[in-house]
Amino acid sequence: MALLELRGVSKLYQLGGEEIRALDDISLELNEGEFVSIIGPSGSGKTTLMHILGFLDSPTRGSVSLEGMEIGKASSRELARIRNRSIGFVFQSFNLLPKLNVVQNVELPMIYAGLGSRVRRERALKALEMVDLGNRLKNRPSQLSGGQQQRVAIARALVNNPRIILADEPTGNLDTHTGELILALFRRLAAEGRTVILVTHNPEIAAVTPRRIEIRNGKIVDHVDARLAGLHRPNPEQVPSAT
Amino acid sequence: MKTESPQTSAVESLLSELDLTDLPVGGTNLINAVAVGLKEIWAHKFRSALTMLGIVLGVSSLIAMSAMVKGMEIGQKEALLASGGLRKVRLEAQSVPVQQRHLRDFARGMTLSDATAIEAGVPDAEIVAPEMRLEDNPTLAANGKLFRTYMTLGVYPKQAAVSEHVVQHGRIFNDIDADEARAVCVIGTGIRDELFGRPEETGTEVIPIGKTMTINGQPFTIIGMFQLYEGEQDRKARLAAAAAKAAVLASGKKETTGPQRGRGRGGGSYAFWIKNNTVYMPLNTMWQRFQSSRSNAPAEPRLSTIEIKLHDFDRLNQSLVKIRNIMLVNHRGIEDFSFRTLEDWGEDIDRFVRNARLSGSLIAGISLFVGGIGIMNIMLASISERIREIGIRKAVGAGDLDIFTQILVESTVIALVGGLVGLLASRFVVKAIAWVAPTGNDPVITWTAMGVAFAFAAGVGVLAGLFPAFKAARMNVIQALRYD
Ligand SMILES: Nc1ncnc2c1ncn2[C@@H]1O[C@H](COP(=O)(O)OP(=O)(O)OP(=O)(O)O)[C@@H](O)[C@H]1O
Ligand SMILES: [Mg+2]
Repeated sequence: MALLELRGVSKLYQLGGEEIRALDDISLELNEGEFVSIIGPSGSGKTTLMHILGFLDSPTRGSVSLEGMEIGKASSRELARIRNRSIGFVFQSFNLLPKLNVVQNVELPMIYAGLGSRVRRERALKALEMVDLGNRLKNRPSQLSGGQQQRVAIARALVNNPRIILADEPTGNLDTHTGELILALFRRLAAEGRTVILVTHNPEIAAVTPRRIEIRNGKIVDHVDARLAGLHRPNPEQVPSAT
Repeated sequence: MKTESPQTSAVESLLSELDLTDLPVGGTNLINAVAVGLKEIWAHKFRSALTMLGIVLGVSSLIAMSAMVKGMEIGQKEALLASGGLRKVRLEAQSVPVQQRHLRDFARGMTLSDATAIEAGVPDAEIVAPEMRLEDNPTLAANGKLFRTYMTLGVYPKQAAVSEHVVQHGRIFNDIDADEARAVCVIGTGIRDELFGRPEETGTEVIPIGKTMTINGQPFTIIGMFQLYEGEQDRKARLAAAAAKAAVLASGKKETTGPQRGRGRGGGSYAFWIKNNTVYMPLNTMWQRFQSSRSNAPAEPRLSTIEIKLHDFDRLNQSLVKIRNIMLVNHRGIEDFSFRTLEDWGEDIDRFVRNARLSGSLIAGISLFVGGIGIMNIMLASISERIREIGIRKAVGAGDLDIFTQILVESTVIALVGGLVGLLASRFVVKAIAWVAPTGNDPVITWTAMGVAFAFAAGVGVLAGLFPAFKAARMNVIQALRYD
């Protein structure tokens, strides 16, 4: 059974009588330990897809399931628990709390996991160490550069040790060196058995991931899986599942 | 793919340690929610302070109101006790009622035989004290001064116990004084004040034992003086004035006599005033010197009152029936007497306290209600300012209940802080009221009032937070995240 499964997922928005298809009939399976990149032009629906994969948003049509459990049937409490424990989300716009400092921001998911303050502090420091931000603990997000904020967001996504890591443009604001470190971190996480999905505009980064999904206008237009001996599938509609 | 860098080794240690499964986890802890709430209040100090104002006013007015009512209640009950308490029954002589006018010639008034009959026939009567009042406010004269008083009574010595009189200086008359109808009397400090001067004026207290005073022209020797009767309130004020005066004298400055606060005679103070202006003489002296010598003198001593102290207030009604029956038999059915108890007074006090509490609570309640609306308003403003924050919290795993709790805790914390400030403010409110509108009775702040007011404030905080908390908890994650 796939870890995450999307079947015929569409997301429609009504804007002044006009219907926008942000996602159009997407079917997808993601397994444990996979390292996947999603590429596509701006406005193609990447972020929308990530929100649905991260249980933040629900599709207009189609079903999403985690380990066979359909989220349409999950209570809001179960969803909160999944977001807290199973998913680590790095937002394109970081979404840090401006009133909290770096450590407090990283501690946030652990508060809702019910961890005590000592454990929280310890783990937050470790996670920040990991993204090389151990020296800016007391800063507010507004006092950090874009790349630093991004790394705080990454630390926050990892701190509850989720099984699925969703990163929306995680290296967009980073220099080449730091970007590579973060990529190495993600690769390592995938190697440890976590499912890592990242959105990128950068073909070089996409080339690193074993599996690559390209979307355009809300549809999957290209689907490459290096593990299938470079098999190229220009029409994924016929073969929705890569493995 | 092993790129060994400090970061990746840190990843491994993190990954091994970040596992949540074996960590003891509970719900979101409340302490954290309270801390967030306090921070939020602190971040908007001015706004929070304005919001709290309603609660502060509500709590302090609730406490102040209850304090004033309590003060009055205490003052009234003091006065009630000073007048003999609830166990005292006064049996007063009165003229024959209209429907019995034809029997007027058979009426012989209240006499000592009535007292004896009651003593014998009512086991519940602890003390039966006959009383003969000198009518028409007799003139007292001594020390070159004149004074007319209302309470000049011929009594048995045991009367003192019924009316809660205590002889502080000298002595009360004895049987020999009574038998020989000696011209001796015991006076209250009010009489001394009028004829010999107040201690405040004379410097040292005059104790006129052995001095002569005339009553309606007849010379009497003062053999005793009662203690000063006063409410707790007046006592404090008097001592404070004395201390201030002593301080002025000690500093050697010329004494400044400001306008003195008049002797309060309203409300409970009247009971003390009249008690201090009492003159006691032996019943026989009263009879021999003032009643029997009159031209229309009755054949036997006529009493004005019989005061009865009962063993038990609970059996008041049964005792009253018994006394009435005895009196009717003795008076051949003529009702030339009436009862007076302090029960009505006691009931009046209770009723007043109830009413004052009710109306005061209503006002304080309205104030708390308005305060609650203010809190709700500010919480609604606060959550719409924090829509993104709520979205972020939910995105990292906050449940609806966590958000609900956080908002509810914040509104409750505002109310609790407001309540605490209100508790402190109530002291000043009470002082301010006492200063603006001085009454005979100082307000008394009770722990109960403080507890009730604080509990109400907390309740208002919870109620005011419910709707905003519900609204915040129901927000959609993505919509909240996208909000700007
Ligand atoms: N709340 C919304 N209401 C209306 N349209 C929306 C909404 N959210 C997204 N869209 C539309 O859906 C489409 C996909 O948006 P999405 O954010 O997924 O793009 P993206 O691929 O992440 O782009 P970018 O690379 O610029 O981040 C866009 O056309 C966008 O305008
Ligand atoms: Mg996007």
